[in-house]
Amino acid sequence: MMDTGTHKRVFKQVGTRPARPDGIDKVTGRALYGADVTAPGMLIAAVLRSPHAHAQIVSIDTSAAAALPGVKAVVTGADLVPQIDAMMRDVQENCLAVDKVLYDGHAVAAVAATTAAVAKAALKLIKVTYRQLPHATDLDLAMLPDAPVILVGRALESVPAGMSANVTHHCEFGHGDLAAGFSKADLVVERSFRTEATHQGYIEPHACLASTTSDGKADLWCCTQGQYNVRTICAALLGMEASQLRVTASEIGGGFGGKTVVFIEPVALALSRKSGRPVKLVMTRDEVFKATGPTISTSIDVRIGMTKAGRITAGHAKLRYSGGAYPSAMVDMGAQSAFAAYDLAAVQTLGWNVLTNRPKEAAYRAPGAPQAIYAVESVMDELCQKLDLDPLEVRLMNAAKKGTRSSYGPTFDDIGLMATLQAAKAHPHYRAPLGAGQGRGLSAGFWFNFGGNTCVSLNVNTDGTVGIIEGNPDIGGSRASISLMAAEELGIPYDKIRTIIGDTSSLGHNDITDGSRVTFAVGLATIRAAQDAIKKMCGRAARIWGIDEEAVAWVDGAAQPSGPNAGKFPPMSLAEIAAVSFQTGGPIAGHCEFHADGAGVSFGVHLCDVEVDRETGATRVLRYTVFQDAGKAVHPAYVEGQMQGGAVQGIGWALNEEYIYGKDGRLQNAGFLDYRIPVASDLPNIETVILEIPNPGHPYGVRGVGETPIVPPLAAVSNAVSRAIGTRMSILPMSPPRILEALSGS
Amino acid sequence: MKTIQVATTINGDAVEFVCAPEEPLLDVLRNRLGLTGAKEGCGTGDCGACSVMLNGRLVCACLVLGAEAEGATIATIEGMAAGEVLHPLQQAFIDHAALQCGICTPGILVAAKALLEKHPDPSDTELRYWLAGNLCRCTGYDKIVAAVQDAAAKMRAA
Repeated sequence: MMDTGTHKRVFKQVGTRPARPDGIDKVTGRALYGADVTAPGMLIAAVLRSPHAHAQIVSIDTSAAAALPGVKAVVTGADLVPQIDAMMRDVQENCLAVDKVLYDGHAVAAVAATTAAVAKAALKLIKVTYRQLPHATDLDLAMLPDAPVILVGRALESVPAGMSANVTHHCEFGHGDLAAGFSKADLVVERSFRTEATHQGYIEPHACLASTTSDGKADLWCCTQGQYNVRTICAALLGMEASQLRVTASEIGGGFGGKTVVFIEPVALALSRKSGRPVKLVMTRDEVFKATGPTISTSIDVRIGMTKAGRITAGHAKLRYSGGAYPSAMVDMGAQSAFAAYDLAAVQTLGWNVLTNRPKEAAYRAPGAPQAIYAVESVMDELCQKLDLDPLEVRLMNAAKKGTRSSYGPTFDDIGLMATLQAAKAHPHYRAPLGAGQGRGLSAGFWFNFGGNTCVSLNVNTDGTVGIIEGNPDIGGSRASISLMAAEELGIPYDKIRTIIGDTSSLGHNDITDGSRVTFAVGLATIRAAQDAIKKMCGRAARIWGIDEEAVAWVDGAAQPSGPNAGKFPPMSLAEIAAVSFQTGGPIAGHCEFHADGAGVSFGVHLCDVEVDRETGATRVLRYTVFQDAGKAVHPAYVEGQMQGGAVQGIGWALNEEYIYGKDGRLQNAGFLDYRIPVASDLPNIETVILEIPNPGHPYGVRGVGETPIVPPLAAVSNAVSRAIGTRMSILPMSPPRILEALSGS
Repeated sequence: MKTIQVATTINGDAVEFVCAPEEPLLDVLRNRLGLTGAKEGCGTGDCGACSVMLNGRLVCACLVLGAEAEGATIATIEGMAAGEVLHPLQQAFIDHAALQCGICTPGILVAAKALLEKHPDPSDTELRYWLAGNLCRCTGYDKIVAAVQDAAAKMRAA
C-alpha cells in the first residue's frame, strides 16, 4: 500500500529552490564524467565498425593487428559469452557482431593499445572479409513481402501470418464499437504520417574504464543511466558473477534514455581481461550517431470521427514502428498512448514492429509516445479546422478525467489533463494576436511514468547530519530533490544532508533512471528510509526517557513525548539523539528496499507560435508555452528545466532532426554539423506553467515529470506550421526542403 | 613518434608539456595535464564543450593543436573561480538551475565570460547568437540565458 492522504500537507522545504549539491563541481570543471578518469597502466581502446548496412562476416583476421607493437589485446564477437535468451543475445551481438553485421557502424572487433594512435593504427590492420547482402533502411519497404530479411525467425506468435519476416511484433489495444462510432460522426478525417528516427543527442559520448583482475574481479566506471543493469548484462556477457563486478556510475552528461543500454562496457571488460590492464574506451561522436541510440522511425495512419459540435465518436490508429535491426516492443507504448488524452466510446490501435538495417533503437524520453500522439493530435487539429472549432475547447470537451476508462485499459485516478487545458485556455498566450504568415499550434501529451525496484540507505551521522545513498544516476538534479524530501520528512535543514549515488556493491538492485521514476520512486524510498530512521530515533529517545516507544512522536525534527502518560521531557533533536547514539545502541540508519507502485500518469499541453519563411522554408518558433501537471514540484526550478528541455528536444524533432540514409544504407549525417539539434539562437524563451494535481500514490503527491514534455511539441509545432502555411503537414521533421515541397504542392 | 616540447601558460601557471605534432590541445589538456574540465562532445568543433580561451580568443580546444600553445596564454574552466570564490557566472548558473547534466556547462561558462568581457550588456538575442556554438541538450537554453543576464547585471554593478 502506498502512503496516501497526507499530500495536502503544507511543505516547509519541498517546493523551494535550493542550490543543487553537485553545482559547484559542475561549474568549476571538477565533476568527473565517463571519460574523465584514468587508472595506472591504463590502455586505450578503439572499435572497428562495419562499413556496410548488411553483410555476412566471412572471416576476421586479427593477427596483424595483434602483432603491432603496443597492441595488448584484440577482441571479436567470439570473446563474449553466447547468450541463450533471445533479447540478451541481441544485446551481445549488438556489442560485437557474430556472423552478420546488421547496420552501418555495427561493432565488429576492438583493440586495446598503449596509446590511442596505436589503437587506431591497429584497427586498420584487422582484415574483415564481408559478403554484402541486400539491405532495407526504410520501414515501409522492409515490410514488403520481398524485402531483404534482416533476422530470421524472430516474429512473435502475435504477428499475423503472411507478413514479411521483418515484422516481429504486433499489438492491439482499445474498446467499443468502431463501426458504430464512425457512423455517428459528422466528419471523419484519415491521414498518414511519417516520422524519422532522431537521436537523444546527449553531449557526452559513451565512455567507460574497465579494470579486471586475474582472480575474476572487475571494476567498471561508466556513464550510464543504470549501473545495476550494466552489471547484469556485463556479468552475463563476460561469464562473471554479479558480486565480482562492481559498476560505478560516473557523472552523466545527458542520456534521455540513450544510456539505459550497454555498447562498449562489455567490450572494455573483455579487453581488460585479455590484456590484464585497465582499459578506457570512449566513443567518437560519429560512433555515437552510427551505433547508439536512435529512437524508432515510424509510419502511422490515423482516422478520427467527430460530430459538428466537436465530440469524438471513434478513433483508430495503425502504427508501424521500426526499432532498427533487432526486435523492439516500443510500438506497444505508442499504441497505448496514442489516444490516452481522450474519453472515447470507441477506440482501437494496432501496432507492428519492423526490422530495418539501422542501429538498435534505445529509449528516448517517453519512448514511442511522441510519434503516435503527434499523428493523433495532427488529425484532431485538422478536424477542428474543417469543422471551424476552437482546438482547445474541443480538447476540453473530450478530455480524459478521473474515472475515464483509458484507451489502453486502466481507469484513470486523479489526473491533471482538464486543469492543464484550462490553464492553457486562461493563459494570455492563447489569446495573443498572430501576425500574417504566423500560426499557432496546440497539442496535448501524455506519459505513463513508472516506479520500480529501488533501494535507499539513510545514515544519521553523530554530528546531526545525514548521508543518503541511492542507486540512480542523477541526470537532471535528482540529488537535490532527494535531499529536499529527506529534509522535509526528517525536519532538518537541506544543507545538513548529502545524497550520493552508490555503486552496485553499496545497495541492492535499483532499476534504471528511466520512466520518470527517480523523483517518484527514489523519493518515496527516501521518505520511507527517513521514517525508518525516525522510528529508531524515537526508540532511542524513549530509552533515554524511560518511556514506551509508542509514547514518542517526531515533530519538527525532534523526538517529543506524546500522549497522556508520556511524561514531560524537553524535545530531543535529531542532532542530540545522534550525538549520544553510540551510548544508546549504536549507529542509526534508515533503509528502504522495495518495488515502488503507484506512479501517477502525467499530461501536458503545449502552445506554439511559428512563422514560416515561404522563400526558404525555414520555420521560426516565436513563442512557446508548456503547461504540465507535476503532481508536486519538489524542486520547481528543475521541473521547469525538464519541461523546457523536453520541449526543445521536441522542437528539434519537429523541425530539423533526422537520420538520413543513403541508397547504400549508410548514415549520411553522423555529426552535429549535419544532424542539427536546436541551438540557443533558434529558440525563444520557453514559458512554463506547473500544475500540481497530487498523485494519490505518493505521500507528497509527486508524479514523474521528465518525459511528458517531449510528447506534445511534435504536433504543437506541426499544427502551428500547417496553420501558418495553409497546408497540412504530415511528415517530420519539417525541414526547409519539406516545407518548400509542401508549399509548391499546395 | 617525434614529439614537440611546448612551454605555455595555463590559468596563470607556467606549464611545459610534450605532445605529438597532430595532437589537439584538448587531448593535451585532458590526457597530459589532467585538466578534464574541458569536455570532448564531438572533436570536430560543432558542440563547444571544449571551449577555452587562447590568447584572449574563444576557441574549441579540439580544433587547436597542442603545439600551437607554445608561448600562449590559455584560460580554462579550472581557472575561472578565484580560489573558493566563484565567478559571478558560475554562481548564477547554480542560482538559476542553468545546468542539468552539466557536461556543456564548462564550455558555456568560458564562452559567456568571453562575451561579457567584450560586451558587458548584451541583448538576449546577441547572447543567444554568441552561444549558438555551444550545444546544450538538457535545458532548452532558457535558464542559461537568464543566468548569464543575471551575472552580467551583477558584473556591471560591481
